[in-house]
Amino acid sequence: MPRLSQLMVRTALVWLAIGYTFGGLVLSTKGVPLLPGLWALRSAHIHVLLVGWTVQLACGVAFWILPRLAQGERGDERPVWGCYAAINIGVSLGVLQSVFAATAGWLRWLLLLVGALYLAAAALFLRHAWPRIRPFAVGA
Amino acid sequence: MYPQARFFIRTALIYLVCAFMVGALILFNQALEIDGRIAALMPVFYHLLMVGWITQLICGVSLWMFPPYSRERPRGDERLGWFTYGALNAGLLLRAVFEPLHAWQPQPWLGWMLAPAALLQVLGIWSFVAAIWPRVKGRPSSPRPQQ
Repeated sequence: MPRLSQLMVRTALVWLAIGYTFGGLVLSTKGVPLLPGLWALRSAHIHVLLVGWTVQLACGVAFWILPRLAQGERGDERPVWGCYAAINIGVSLGVLQSVFAATAGWLRWLLLLVGALYLAAAALFLRHAWPRIRPFAVGA
Repeated sequence: MYPQARFFIRTALIYLVCAFMVGALILFNQALEIDGRIAALMPVFYHLLMVGWITQLICGVSLWMFPPYSRERPRGDERLGWFTYGALNAGLLLRAVFEPLHAWQPQPWLGWMLAPAALLQVLGIWSFVAAIWPRVKGRPSSPRPQQ
């Protein structure tokens, strides 16, 4: 597994643990509303698990296993580094916005940035992966 | 494919079918207005699909295909994988039963059942992270030739 995939998969696993912890707190609060403020984590739970875990894991594994280019290389890694940064900054800001939305309404503007970062992450990964969607080379 | 991975993947496939049965019921209800209580199944549908199917499939395939832990123990400590399987499914099933029941009859004891459902799923996922973490690594370097 290349270094960049290791980084993406490990970061995805960290988000997985965080996302399930948030989800567990939300579900417990739904049944036993001792701390109703924890309900604010619901949106963070969705950002973390859908993008931080699922999308990032898929990108990390795809970078590892997609067919290599003609020269036996994976191609330009810079768009994938950009994708990695955009996903993780986006998810972190999404969590921040969800947690503090009730106390700081102006933070809703962060959602514009989060959306733009998610879009950039998708476009950067597409830029990298598109030429690698091809038949495996003979003998590769 | 070794037995633990087969358990994860077959169980994930069963959840896929169950999730779409619940999803179809919700859609039929939206079209035909059969019973208003069916709408309370929406969170169960999402979690059968995302936890039971997607997450469990990822667990099974990654435990099967990720680089080996070591030559002697290619899958590391398999007990972590079994704990993940048991806790994740027990937690999800508890949720699938008690979340709609609590929505239909909001009695305190039904609500309290959601706490172990949450705890089991969280512990199951932490256990999966512990199991797979040491297997996220590069190809082992080939041994040096003997001199």
